[in-house]
Amino acid sequence: MSKTSKLNILRTALSIIIALAISFIIIYFISEEPFRAINKMILGPLRSRRIFGNVIELMIPLIFTGVGVCIMFSASQFNLGAEGSFHIGGLVGAMAALWIPLPSFIHPLVAILLGGIAGAIFTFIPALLKIKTSSSELVSSLMLNYIALSFGNYILSYFLKDPKAGAPASYLIPNTARLSILINDTSIHTGLIIAILVTIFGYIFLYKSKTGYEIRVAGQNEQFARYSGINIVKVILISQLLGGFIAGIGGSVQLLGMYRRFSWIVLLGYGWDAVIVTTLAKKNPLYVPISAFFLAYIRIGADIMSRTTDVSPEIVSITQGVIIILIVAEQFLSKYRHKIITKEAKSLLDTEGVE
Amino acid sequence: MSDIILEMKDILKIYPNGIVANEHINLSLKKGEIHALLGENGAGKSTLMKVLFGIEIPEEGEIILKGKRVYIKSPHEAIANGIGMVHQHFMLVPSLTAAENIILGVEPRKFGLFTNMEKAIEVADNIAKMYNFDIDVRAKVETLPVGIKQKVEILKALYRGAEILILDEPTAVLTPQETEELFIQLNKLKEKGHTIIFISHKLDEIKLICDRLTIMRNGKNKGTYKTEDVTTEEISRLMVGRDVFLEFDKEKANPKKTVLKVRDVSVKNKLGNLKVNNISFDIREGEILGIAGVEGNGQNELVDILTGLNENYTGNVLIFNKEAKELGIKGIRDLKVSHIPEDRMTYGCAKDMDILQNVFSNQYGDEKYSSKYLLKSKAMETRAEELIDEFLIKCNSFKQSVGMLSGGNIQKVVVAREFSVGPKIIVANQPTRGIDVGAAEFIRKKIIEFRDQGCAVLLVSADLNEVFELSDRLAVMYKGEFSGVFTNVEELTEEELGKYMLGLKKDEKLEGIIYE
Ligand SMILES: Nc1ncnc2c1ncn2[C@@H]1O[C@H](COP(=O)(O)OP(=O)(O)OP(=O)(O)O)[C@@H](O)[C@H]1O
Ligand SMILES: [Mg+2]
Repeated sequence: MSKTSKLNILRTALSIIIALAISFIIIYFISEEPFRAINKMILGPLRSRRIFGNVIELMIPLIFTGVGVCIMFSASQFNLGAEGSFHIGGLVGAMAALWIPLPSFIHPLVAILLGGIAGAIFTFIPALLKIKTSSSELVSSLMLNYIALSFGNYILSYFLKDPKAGAPASYLIPNTARLSILINDTSIHTGLIIAILVTIFGYIFLYKSKTGYEIRVAGQNEQFARYSGINIVKVILISQLLGGFIAGIGGSVQLLGMYRRFSWIVLLGYGWDAVIVTTLAKKNPLYVPISAFFLAYIRIGADIMSRTTDVSPEIVSITQGVIIILIVAEQFLSKYRHKIITKEAKSLLDTEGVE
Repeated sequence: MSDIILEMKDILKIYPNGIVANEHINLSLKKGEIHALLGENGAGKSTLMKVLFGIEIPEEGEIILKGKRVYIKSPHEAIANGIGMVHQHFMLVPSLTAAENIILGVEPRKFGLFTNMEKAIEVADNIAKMYNFDIDVRAKVETLPVGIKQKVEILKALYRGAEILILDEPTAVLTPQETEELFIQLNKLKEKGHTIIFISHKLDEIKLICDRLTIMRNGKNKGTYKTEDVTTEEISRLMVGRDVFLEFDKEKANPKKTVLKVRDVSVKNKLGNLKVNNISFDIREGEILGIAGVEGNGQNELVDILTGLNENYTGNVLIFNKEAKELGIKGIRDLKVSHIPEDRMTYGCAKDMDILQNVFSNQYGDEKYSSKYLLKSKAMETRAEELIDEFLIKCNSFKQSVGMLSGGNIQKVVVAREFSVGPKIIVANQPTRGIDVGAAEFIRKKIIEFRDQGCAVLLVSADLNEVFELSDRLAVMYKGEFSGVFTNVEELTEEELGKYMLGLKKDEKLEGIIYE
């Protein structure tokens, strides 16, 4: 079996290479200085400790939303509310940081926890709508994300806004609530540790726990799950509550780790990106950090490229798109894969001879 | 030889997971014959037929049709070459009606663009009548029981006018009467010069209708014989590689207290038709109540009620004196009620999950396999291996996806799961459907063993031999009611039973169905 898993890795690697190659060809045609641009994109993030730090900083929120979406998608609950949960999580994290005075250490923990709860409540709405009215969680969560945004803007303008700040932004987050820096010369904060813990938790929950098993069985065949005595309503609720909770934690961690004020007046997109991360990770939380890292790396690389050359960062969307298509395409490389297996099986046949 | 219509030469098929399903197989068909393909579960029969029908592409080998080499790379090309197939696991579109499924791909057109629905229904209806299949072609396929789905599949293949018709276990879900009807039609086709490949685990059927037979074992061809040249015993020996003993003794039942009490139960389906009409019965510990009947007479609806899947019924179901409606599916299972569902692909498994995850769906909560929150992987793996050995599930390991098992082996996974909880009540709906002779006898012996240990069994089966062999009492269901009850199954004849099944006879008193 290890041979097939090696092949799977090869497949992923090859899709990444092909996608990059396509991006490079496009860069080659649109840029005046294509080689410099490609160089910037590939090696840019490695140029300094600070820039590499940016990659990790971008990876952290993606891990949270990615693990959350893994759990919801494993249950075949296509709730896209991770985006809104993240936003609300950041908002509530900020409110807790501003309004509840607490000693350091305890302060961020409480704020993060409240952010998580807010995120869970948010994804609970589409779940509830589904149970009560059988409305598609996909559609309702999509719409609710914009309500989350507007709600955040409302709270910001009426309750949190610091009139002295130039742009719409909250009062300064007190230092007691902020997450401390983990690695010097970068902004990598202790949220990384929480992200790793969440990854491990997500994996154990989905693949080693009873509830995780129920979620996966129901996600694969709901009628079989029901017949087996698995409580479908529980699966729908828990998967979405937990998914939203983790995305919500992600939002407050992001706010307390990376921002001095709550100033999110648009959706940041980590929830949408989580769908890419989850797809790359094949719905397994254990692979989420790797795929989050990859996505963060090409994003930062593209960013550097666009700042230093004439190529715009949107090129990354093409890279992403191609990778996703190739990975999702079952047939990609299957011929090659089959050849290897056939060869192996045949050599076995020959050595076995007659029965 | 000019009468050879099709030859498969040296077919080698290796699945992506490395399983060699066909190991250099040769098969030749004569024009106008009915040719049986037999072998244990997982022998490679379906695979060989999928190769012929263009669903699977072989690694090596060639197909020669009427003396010309052909390359069949898709079902489309197979159909174009006059080959039709009825699949073991149906390939129907659930959300379409039976008529739409039958004409799919070869629809009658209106203005050359739109499907002419009235025409389609008429065409489908006509062909159903022609083959004496009693089906409502307007019904959506997803609402149909497996037996009817099977008929839709058969009609679909017949409608395409296949010259070579592959039937992969078409009779597994048919009643004896329906099977007889099908055989008449197959013989008619044969007379018209059609060639038929017939896969079945029922040796008597094969003896009845087939001209020649080919036996497969472990992906190899073990020889082709004229049907009259081999006895049933010889066939079994060739299939299994050793002698098979089909007979066994069943002691008289020794029933004790009543554990399942059903009173005045009625249920309507979604369309408001009465499917179960005021049924009452009891089952005691240590006995097997068989339910015979033509499929679609309310058996499935009754099973759904007893197992908690359907709660929209009137009347009372008491399981160990507790109301089933209050218990719910989980509560019923917690009382150690096992359920072998009729439709193994819809209810019986998650085909993209592995064997291990499929055998624990009803018992992962047991303290042997989990603590308060976490699963005990080691214990589960050991147990899964035991079950694979005990139930002779042919697979690579417990990590193999259930969808990659042969049909009979999927059924064994379902049975293994349901039998492994130490059941006190078993509700078995077609428990040995699609299972080879050897394994079927094993399962029947198991059922009797459970009975002797005090388990109560409700057996619904279209296989009359099975019903006769196992039942301590036997009830016949007709149009949602019991039309007869027999407490002395040994004295009952098939003819007599048939009359009750077809509603020609009806017993109003139904003595012995309830214990006071
Ligand atoms: N899609 C698949 N992928 C991998 N292996 C498969 C697949 N389908 C079948 N197999 C394997 O190939 C072997 C032959 O299977 P096949 O379905 O041809 O058996 P069969 O003779 O039709 O058995 P049955 O009587 O149970 O229907 C089995 O060992 C099975 O596990
Ligand atoms: Mg088969």
